[in-house]
Amino acid sequence: MKYIDDVQVQKRMSSRVTKNNVLKNLFLAATLFGLVVLAILLIRVISQGAAWIDWNFLTGRLSTNADRAGIMGAILGTSWLMLIVIPVTIFIGVGTAIYLELYAKKGKFQSFVATNISNLAGVPSIVYGLLGLTIFVRAMDFGNAIIAGGLTLSLLVLPIVIVAAQEAIRAVPQHLSEASYGMGATKWQTVKGIILPAAIPGILTGSILALSRAIGETAPLTVLGIPALLIPFPGNIFDTFTALPMQIYYWTLDSSLVQEYAYLAAATIIVLLVLLFLLNSIAIIIRNKFQQRY
Amino acid sequence: MSPLNDGKKVKVDVKGNNDSPIGNEIVYDTNDLNLWYGQTHALKDINLSIHEKEVTAIIGPSGCGKSTYIKTLNRMVELVPSVRTTGTITYKGKNILDKSFKVEDLRTHVGMVFQKPNPFPKSIYDNITYGPKIHGIRNKKVLDEIVEKSLRGASIWDEVKDRLNENAYGLSGGQQQRLCIARCLAIEPNVILMDEPTSALDPKSTLRIEELMQELKKEYSIIIVTHNMQQAARISDKTAFFLNGEVVEFNDTNKLFTTPEDKRTEDYISGRFG
Repeated sequence: MKYIDDVQVQKRMSSRVTKNNVLKNLFLAATLFGLVVLAILLIRVISQGAAWIDWNFLTGRLSTNADRAGIMGAILGTSWLMLIVIPVTIFIGVGTAIYLELYAKKGKFQSFVATNISNLAGVPSIVYGLLGLTIFVRAMDFGNAIIAGGLTLSLLVLPIVIVAAQEAIRAVPQHLSEASYGMGATKWQTVKGIILPAAIPGILTGSILALSRAIGETAPLTVLGIPALLIPFPGNIFDTFTALPMQIYYWTLDSSLVQEYAYLAAATIIVLLVLLFLLNSIAIIIRNKFQQRY
Repeated sequence: MSPLNDGKKVKVDVKGNNDSPIGNEIVYDTNDLNLWYGQTHALKDINLSIHEKEVTAIIGPSGCGKSTYIKTLNRMVELVPSVRTTGTITYKGKNILDKSFKVEDLRTHVGMVFQKPNPFPKSIYDNITYGPKIHGIRNKKVLDEIVEKSLRGASIWDEVKDRLNENAYGLSGGQQQRLCIARCLAIEPNVILMDEPTSALDPKSTLRIEELMQELKKEYSIIIVTHNMQQAARISDKTAFFLNGEVVEFNDTNKLFTTPEDKRTEDYISGRFG
């Protein structure tokens, strides 16, 4: 006797095919929803802000007069922040990853630390703002200076960099490091000569993505009390500053008073988006350039 | 000959065969070696003496501990967490299992060739100079000489001399393995450990490596783990048969393959199991 009856199979055929098609369209709709909302956002921002972007806007100082306002101060502030965040996170992040993956004895301590670093990556950014306020602004008395903001943002993205670097290091095939150890290389020589060169694309990609997160963060800076007032350009890391997302935040806040501020905010968003887009492109270029097969 | 695995410190000297000249010094002397991976007792009371400038083959079925043993000889086995050993392995008179013995020092004298060819994703030249550079050689002229000497030693020089700066991944599997042997020669070791070096290669490449080993044993002591009994019979001077973490029999290769003393050896080499 046959268990699978052709007549029954034919009967069910059309409902099976229909179900498949319905679900396919449902998933397509889910994909489109995100894309459409993003597109509307982009179109709105560009249509409102693009006209306001000119040389004066990019290089000028801040002004309450919308026609004269520029965002050079915010651009400089964001650049200064990056000058702190990049070296601090790469040095501490990669160092931590190397220690956890290669030096630390696999055991309770190692897995406890590793798990908690992953947990830290999920802590809301405003909590890091409070931490930064307590430690850097008050206890260490930096005030709301670049160094306080930079260190706070570094703490915020450090877990992301550590996890990315750990994964990149883990992806280096074991047989390569074995070959190196087998010739009498120390751990550090193996790290320097074999593991880091192979892991650099992954580490850099992760770091740059973390960096773009740091650039866009607003909440922790708000908590630190970073102003967006008419302030002089920052000259060193102990100066007060403002940053692009803060500028956007305050202009949006005041747009109920002055209509033009909304357009300025949109223009600043475009600048910020271009900056993020550039950073992500660099990440992709680096990944493609250094990628090697084993 | 008395069996080696009776748990006593029986030192068996296997000398007096034409193929294995008398008087070769002992490089590695293993005494009552036991090794555990966590709870698993992987090596049991191993006693083996390995002589200079000979090929010593280690055969046995999968999981018999032969790879573990060879990795203990350069302490590579310590890369596995939770490894524990008792007993001693003396290399030129010093116990290498002693924690004060620097593994980096040991591995400078004992090179290793792995199962899967594992060149670095670097140029052929940089693959060879990696080892010497680790040990502090920076002089370009010296490095050039080491590269040529090592590649010639592994009989691959003629094939790659015109493309030393190309990536090693462009070589065939057999060439990659000979490159790995050359890389190993570049640190000028006394002993070369080979962990199934031809198991990933085709028959022709295998033959070339076997011929190469006959050349190499004039200058180096070679210990090879192999799955392939014919290979062991072809290339080695002495053979140790491992089973379930014990040395069942250790003898001159001719004797072990023609007149095995232990029933289990006979069963294994005649293909009744394994």
